[in-house]
Amino acid sequence: MDKTVNQKAWFLVLPVFLVVAFSAILPLMTVVNYSMQDTFGNNQFFWNGVGWFKELLDPSTDLGGRFLASLGRNLLFSAIILAIEVPLGIVIALSMPRDGWSVAACLVILALPLLIPWNVVGTIWQIFGRPDIGLLGYVLTSLGIDYNYVSNEFDAWATVIVMDVWHWTSLVALLCYAGLKSIPDAYYQAAQIDGASRWAVFKAIQLPKMNRVLLIAVLLRFMDSFMIYTEPFVVTGGGPGNSTTFVSIELVKIALGQFDLGKAAALSLVYNLIILIVCWVFYTVMTNAGNERPAKQGVE
Amino acid sequence: MHSIPGRRIIMTAFLIFLLLPIYWLVNMSFKTNAEIVASMTLWPHAPTLENYKRIFTDESWYSGYIHSLTYVLINTVISIAVALPAAYGFSRYRFLGDKHLFFWLLSNRMAPAAVYALPFFNLYSAINLFDTPWAVALAHCIFNVPLAVWILEGFVSGVPREIDETAFLDGYSFPRFFIKILVPLIASGIGVAAFFCFMFSWVELLLARTLTSVNAKPISAIMTRTVSAAGMDWGLLAAAGVLTIIPGALVIWFVRNYIARGFALGRV
Repeated sequence: MDKTVNQKAWFLVLPVFLVVAFSAILPLMTVVNYSMQDTFGNNQFFWNGVGWFKELLDPSTDLGGRFLASLGRNLLFSAIILAIEVPLGIVIALSMPRDGWSVAACLVILALPLLIPWNVVGTIWQIFGRPDIGLLGYVLTSLGIDYNYVSNEFDAWATVIVMDVWHWTSLVALLCYAGLKSIPDAYYQAAQIDGASRWAVFKAIQLPKMNRVLLIAVLLRFMDSFMIYTEPFVVTGGGPGNSTTFVSIELVKIALGQFDLGKAAALSLVYNLIILIVCWVFYTVMTNAGNERPAKQGVE
Repeated sequence: MHSIPGRRIIMTAFLIFLLLPIYWLVNMSFKTNAEIVASMTLWPHAPTLENYKRIFTDESWYSGYIHSLTYVLINTVISIAVALPAAYGFSRYRFLGDKHLFFWLLSNRMAPAAVYALPFFNLYSAINLFDTPWAVALAHCIFNVPLAVWILEGFVSGVPREIDETAFLDGYSFPRFFIKILVPLIASGIGVAAFFCFMFSWVELLLARTLTSVNAKPISAIMTRTVSAAGMDWGLLAAAGVLTIIPGALVIWFVRNYIARGFALGRV
């Protein structure tokens, strides 16, 4: 699709620019401002230059140790849930019924966890996992498994990961389903005439068609898991110890808990920078993938 | 050919996995606290509506739902209103800095709420919007506006350019073309975008909680605080949770036929 050059299009985009800039640029300037200063309270600030950033990236200091540890935990968490949710989501999408009322029923149930407020998701799993009143905790305990997400690190991690799989696998599945739906029947007929195996059909037809949506799925899942806050906070409160304290939880602890504005601001900027870089990589890959097959863009 | 062997079993197992925790919440919401604590029962043996009655009669409870719905609706209207012309602009024209602008928008969709909690608090306090639905609605624009632009751009690109040209040749002015022709053509796209704005504004808690104290406090924040203050009232907590699931379930029902395409952000 050829686009015409027209600078007046800026007028169409201006409202969006203003609304987002108001919410994004102004607050970010505050953050930059704080990140260079220190305070003894009473609104008296003095210049601290790059001091906070040095501390942040030095694992031997308290701030740096906490940041890098939570960053490591967060990356591990993101890697685990991506490794589970992406293959599982593809399998679920391939398992969708073909037609009839069951399609709508499956879609609605799949989408249900996505529309539950995040702290309610946390509450659901907090209750569900309790050995005294929760079904999961009760069943595991009666099977003789010593399961307690409050005191045991491994159990806490397992709970948070299963919760995330429960919460978000549907997103991957729905995206893949959308990709699969766009494959014309003729492709399958051609494969059948060629006598292609089930696996060959998947590899040669379905996977390439899902490429684009899978990219979006991985991007969204990585980003959202990288900034996860509410769900683990409700279930484990970041514990036991600090074992499930992810970057956002650490940041809120420093910013709103201790009111260490300088440290929190420096952490925010580094955090944002990481996200910006990852975002840029995905964006470039995505636009390139789109340019290779321009005819398919925007056409159902 | 479309699907894999054993798909019925896989699908059923996964749906049960999804529904089981929700079932447990619903189950608990119809129990008395005595029954919840005393014994493990798979269904309420003495079903009670007491928990729901308390929420619907106590203003400090039900006002939370009104607050939440208010800022969600304001946010959805603002997001769609500003995103529509922008989506058209991005889809049809090339202009100075368009790609950078699009990427900048996208990156705001990904920005962690935790980063913005404190600066937003300062900003909205400074302009006297703190503890109003407007503060939360505007704050949620930071991720909903880019998302709406992204989705709508996909749908606008699906409309053939010839339609614009014909309309302009017929003497339609731009605003008239926009409202009379383009908007009806991408009505399903607008529905999907509105659904996503609703969804992400409805599920977000960190910013909503930070920017409100009394008059605009969302239900999800009231839920946690009231319960911890009065000791653990599990049945009431469960009932409040169930009531937060219902608006989402209703909205899904309306967009069920577009949901898959919507999740692909109009780009399939």
